[in-house]
Amino acid sequence: MCGIVGLFLKDKSMEAQLGAMLTDMLITMTDRGPDSAGIAIYSQDTLNIGKMTVQSDTPDVDFDKLTGDLKKRIKGDVDIRVQSTHAVLELRADQVIVAREALKEIRPNIRIMSTGDSLEIYKEVGLPKDVASRFDIAKMSGSHGIGHTRMATESAVTTMGAHPFNTGSDQCLVHNGSLSNHNSLRRKLRRDGVHIETENDTEVGAAYLTWKMQNGSTLGEALESSLEDLDGFFTFVVGTKDGFGVVRDPIACKPAVMAETDQYVAFGSEYRALVNLPGIQNARVWEPEPATVYFWKH
Amino acid sequence: MQTYDLSTGSLRELNATLHAQNENTNQTAWEIMNPRGAHAIACGLDSPIEVTVRGSTGYYSAGMNQQATVNIKGSAGPGVAENMMSGKVVIDGDASQYAGATGHGGLLVIKGNASSRCGISMKGINIVVHGSIGHMSAFMAQSGNLVVCGDAGEALGDSCYEARLFVRGTVKSLGADCEEKEMRPEHLEILRTLLAEGECNARPEEFKRYGSARTLYNFNIDNAY
Repeated sequence: MCGIVGLFLKDKSMEAQLGAMLTDMLITMTDRGPDSAGIAIYSQDTLNIGKMTVQSDTPDVDFDKLTGDLKKRIKGDVDIRVQSTHAVLELRADQVIVAREALKEIRPNIRIMSTGDSLEIYKEVGLPKDVASRFDIAKMSGSHGIGHTRMATESAVTTMGAHPFNTGSDQCLVHNGSLSNHNSLRRKLRRDGVHIETENDTEVGAAYLTWKMQNGSTLGEALESSLEDLDGFFTFVVGTKDGFGVVRDPIACKPAVMAETDQYVAFGSEYRALVNLPGIQNARVWEPEPATVYFWKH
Repeated sequence: MQTYDLSTGSLRELNATLHAQNENTNQTAWEIMNPRGAHAIACGLDSPIEVTVRGSTGYYSAGMNQQATVNIKGSAGPGVAENMMSGKVVIDGDASQYAGATGHGGLLVIKGNASSRCGISMKGINIVVHGSIGHMSAFMAQSGNLVVCGDAGEALGDSCYEARLFVRGTVKSLGADCEEKEMRPEHLEILRTLLAEGECNARPEEFKRYGSARTLYNFNIDNAY
């Protein structure tokens, strides 16, 4: 099954509540997939500062003296915010790629959850309520965010197999369904130099969209072409720095409900996820059409 | 009128209470408050009671219904009125996928739109949709009537048997072995009755009828690989 939630705020005054609203929505979806959970939050974007969200199973060891070691390697400033097994590193935006390479050597056990100017991804094995409280998601603010609770089908239940997936700067994707041509597509993308970390089908979907956008497509166009090139079942919710998109495969057996008001656009695998949102009684509530791309931009 | 509030009571207790009503009950009218998209609300009823749900429901509401009348004053999630045997289910809003699937009898009225696979494998149920329906509706439909006042999506009536499909608007495409049929006086009469029961004021003359071309009934060696 899997459960997806998403929230794109139009009303800036709600940004402080983004984390709390997403957490509530995601916990409601727990029984759609209790294996692992994750949340992507698009928060404050500081000029010329890039962010890397990193994860370690032994944070006490790996995050200790990390800023000092990394500073030496990249010869630039690094700030760190540790949240349980995750840490958000802030550094000069043009040093993110160098830092990624440096981390492989100085902290080989660290995994990269996301990179970007405003995106932070937190994900772990466990129930949504436990994952959300471990990272204190409810206190986070932001302009938009996406959450996922997983019932694993295509790859193992691990932190790296949890959603959301980040395959390009500030891009993330969550998925309900299963892709059947992910192995051949992974080989093709890897041949074209696209970095794919895991054996997970969804990561291939995310990498495909990133690859399309690197080759000149807008997010909307990339989603359109996914309908041609991806085989299998999918309801995707994707985020970019200033955008939020939804697409379902032509069969559309994976559920999706959307709601829109003057204040927000919201997505839920089920209507249950949306019932606590402010003004939901008067929201336009609808089911996204099969093979149709929906996209909002700030 | 009995009122049950799902914000304070449990779904299991609600359904058990509704199941406990028999044909002689004097508690014939029930109102369910705060459904908040919960699953399986008013599922498996088997007595002539009237249940009004004040809000939108999740998966499988009013499934396996017999005798009861269930009115959802909002929209319904996937599988509403699945496998209905008798009685009536009315949805004031929209219905998600496979509404009325496999139903053997009774009447399902959807006042908004229904999404994909409406009436899939229907076996005698009557379905009246005031709006439009999605793709693969009435797939393998065996008997009963599907009335659509709006448009139908792709592959209507694919591999259907003897169900009657009436559509007022456009049909995006017909499924395998489904074809337009002549509208005879007896069909107009069936349609008139169903539209009246479904609280719809469309005129029967505005509809077209579709049904099985019956070319898949027998094995055809030319279809073998």
